[in-house]
Amino acid sequence: MNILLNYIWAFMILFSIFCALVTGRMSQLSAAVLNGAGSAVTLVIAMTGMMCAWTGLMKIADGGGITGLLAKAFRPAIRRLFPSCEKDGPAAKAMCMNITANLLGLGNAATPLGIAAMKELKKKNPTRTADNAMAMFVVINASSLQLIPTFMATLRAQYGAASPFDILPAVWLTSVGALLAGVTTAKLLEGRTYG
Amino acid sequence: MDNYGAYAVPAVMLCIVLFGFLRRVPVFDAFVAGAKEGLQSSISILPTLVGLIMAVSMLSASGALDLLSSFLAPAANALGLPPQVMPLALIKPISGSGSTAVLTQIYKDCGPDSFAGRVASVMSGSTETTFYAVAVYFGAVGIKKTRHTIPAALVGDVTACILSAFTVRLFFR
Repeated sequence: MNILLNYIWAFMILFSIFCALVTGRMSQLSAAVLNGAGSAVTLVIAMTGMMCAWTGLMKIADGGGITGLLAKAFRPAIRRLFPSCEKDGPAAKAMCMNITANLLGLGNAATPLGIAAMKELKKKNPTRTADNAMAMFVVINASSLQLIPTFMATLRAQYGAASPFDILPAVWLTSVGALLAGVTTAKLLEGRTYG
Repeated sequence: MDNYGAYAVPAVMLCIVLFGFLRRVPVFDAFVAGAKEGLQSSISILPTLVGLIMAVSMLSASGALDLLSSFLAPAANALGLPPQVMPLALIKPISGSGSTAVLTQIYKDCGPDSFAGRVASVMSGSTETTFYAVAVYFGAVGIKKTRHTIPAALVGDVTACILSAFTVRLFFR
């Protein structure tokens, strides 16, 4: 992944310089280098307060055990999506916790829980090929649902959005649709791609 | 409709603080501990963002971003998307910080409450960084062959792109 980003970044820089040469916008380009680097710092500083406030609030919810409570609500869905997993086994539990943490936007907590879930699934799969449960789990994580996309809302506020959270219903509908499309495709393809 | 955004934040805060208080969480201590994590993650993304926001500003200032958008305009029209969000759709599955940088540029150029700004917001709020998730989770357990994972996840990403324009039209007309 990082390798790909190296190519993309190099392309962005080199292609910009080439375009500026052709269009004669060299002075705008050099101003953009200075302003761009500077504005990243200003942006992060401006957003840090709001980000801290949200992670602080989410920590309160987490401390009250909301992750465990919500994870229980997901169990029936988990059973259907992962028929090969033991009911209430350690793999199913870790997957529930991971999906809940993602839903609450607890990114720092979600990734270790997800890795724990993958390790549980790996115990039943000695090969180097993904099984259906692993594929389904990663697809769910890749199109993950987030109840309150705080980072994006903070960024919107930073650029002067009138009410930064007004896009929430659109975000929810879109993520549910994307999740359903991903999960359905995974189910449809899982019989065909062995080997 | 105009005002419900004003209720969202206080409502969430009310629920969380009340929930924490009733469950006997030391609410302020927990808040401070969480805020510390937020500060750390803010600081740790800064170098990545400097590199990527700089690169995206360069793309924008040199006219390369307009060129890319107009090159992708036929695809955007076919999907019903504003052409400005196409660079975001391309980088979103690959890099989270890269998509933040592109999103920032879209807000700067079009404004967060424009059609393009809203579609870009929905797009970036509704999917994760697909290739990052694949790399992290399969990498952690040494899986080499991911079978149908990437095709299925990308179907999800494309669906999110198409739906983002549709849902913004649905809620903001």
